[in-house]
Amino acid sequence: MTLELAAAKGQRMTQPAQSAHSPLSIRGLTVSYGQKPAVFSVDMTVPPGAMTAIIGPNGAGKSTLLKAALGIVKPLSGRVEVFGTPLAAQRSRVAYVPQRASIDWDFPARVIDVVLMGLYRQLGLLGRLRASHKAQAMDCLERVGMADFSERQIGQLSGGQQQRVFLARALAQDADLYLLDEPFAGVDAATEKAIIAVLKSLREDGKTVVAVHHDLATVRDYFDHVFLINTTRIAEGPVDEAFTAETLQAAYGGRLATAQVDQLARALG
Amino acid sequence: MSGAEFVPISLPPLLIGIFAAVACALPGNFLLLRRQALIGDAISHVVLPGIVVAFLVTGVISTWPMMVGAAAAAIVAVVLIEAIRRLGRIEPGAAMGVVFTSMFAAGVLLLEQSDTSSVHLDVEHALYGNLESLIWLDATGWASLWDLDALAHLPPELPRMAITLVVVALFTTLFWRPLKLSTFDEGFARTLGLRTDLLGLALVIVAAVAAVAAFDAVGSIIVIAMFICPPAAARMMTNRLEHQVGWSVLFAVLSAVGGYVLAGYGPLWLGAQDAVSAAGMIATISGLILALTALFGPCRARSGAPQDA
Repeated sequence: MTLELAAAKGQRMTQPAQSAHSPLSIRGLTVSYGQKPAVFSVDMTVPPGAMTAIIGPNGAGKSTLLKAALGIVKPLSGRVEVFGTPLAAQRSRVAYVPQRASIDWDFPARVIDVVLMGLYRQLGLLGRLRASHKAQAMDCLERVGMADFSERQIGQLSGGQQQRVFLARALAQDADLYLLDEPFAGVDAATEKAIIAVLKSLREDGKTVVAVHHDLATVRDYFDHVFLINTTRIAEGPVDEAFTAETLQAAYGGRLATAQVDQLARALG
Repeated sequence: MSGAEFVPISLPPLLIGIFAAVACALPGNFLLLRRQALIGDAISHVVLPGIVVAFLVTGVISTWPMMVGAAAAAIVAVVLIEAIRRLGRIEPGAAMGVVFTSMFAAGVLLLEQSDTSSVHLDVEHALYGNLESLIWLDATGWASLWDLDALAHLPPELPRMAITLVVVALFTTLFWRPLKLSTFDEGFARTLGLRTDLLGLALVIVAAVAAVAAFDAVGSIIVIAMFICPPAAARMMTNRLEHQVGWSVLFAVLSAVGGYVLAGYGPLWLGAQDAVSAAGMIATISGLILALTALFGPCRARSGAPQDA
């Protein structure tokens, strides 16, 4: 190892491990909608090229954490870095799938129109929509198995189909970091399979995936890393280390319903 | 009807009606989808304090200061509505409700407290406008459209409304993609780096400008009707935003032309003596179009609720 390299390495060592290159690094993030903070002083370091689940009880601040990371809600304090720099410089590298329920699906748009929205940063304000853009959008629909529905009005789709369209829009963004808010909420089994297959293929391409996740039973099958939150950070790390009976008890406390305990028992073997 | 009769008497009010209708219907499409369509109603109320303050400041009743006052009041109102909506995290309808009633009430108080003996605030004018009186006396026929001397004496509402329409159309065209994106999915739009807060504010300000210009020329009934009826009727005709805006323009023009003609000749055809208010008829026609599309439009089923797969 040359001297310069060693020096550079030494310099980096003074920073928290990985944060210089982490796809998403959050420090001291606090978000409040009213008197009570929804997210309090949270640190998070997302490992690159892996799938991370954000887990916690209802109202634990999972979605808020995601929205603050994306600049959708303004935090009271804290710093968010994407690939080592502020988000504003990296927007083209970040794709986002909002909660399906946050949208008015009665909006007059076809499936293809929604996917084309993912190309906005390519198209710009007045850039001409070319056949190549449409082909790109169709390709993304193909990947989520929705190519046959491209001309449908979005309100005429089932919940699972709508979720796949949203995923296709995120694919159209062609990002390096994918943030998804409850992508499996209220979808059918076929859609869940299709979505997880797409996410795993993204991981194979070296992309980073972070998803707010609800179903404790599938955490082990789907994800490499977990981030447990209940307003504050509870635990963070590889599934084997951080997804344990203790951390779950700490995150869910008395609120872990019997059904979830059963799920959990199965999930933890 | 000959050109000598049509051009001076019917052409200016027809054009003003069309321009006003389209200028309100264009932003109305987005306001409707954002559940903010009542903003037209709100603006037509808040212009009262604006006009009174303009009168108190200038001491004269003339068009420009009053329009500036009305526009200023409208902009104050939309900024207040946006602020209350965002800070209070309440739905837009509630924010509009509190702002326009309080500002209208303040206007009434102001009017009462000031020396109003010389102020002639005509309620009828405010409601119906004076579309029929916007005639072009210098015109003698179609040839007058090329006669600069005659054109100089066009009713000032006509160029004012035309410029307003151009501004509204430019705004809609230029910001089409961000408007569509942020109306559909504001959170996603923000992750793309779009300033959705400023865009939302710009939209309501453009709507306010259109409303004030139209209010002066054609009265508040048309303003309120055109923000809502043509876009709502258009929504029943198509499932694409691009087509919806096209239909809304068509419906706005149909309402303006049909309303003007029916108001002028409808009563005569029915054997009555006098014409009826063109503004009232235009708004009524737009309501009828909405009713027809609500009954027979191809896309009237609300499909937003997710169906079971």
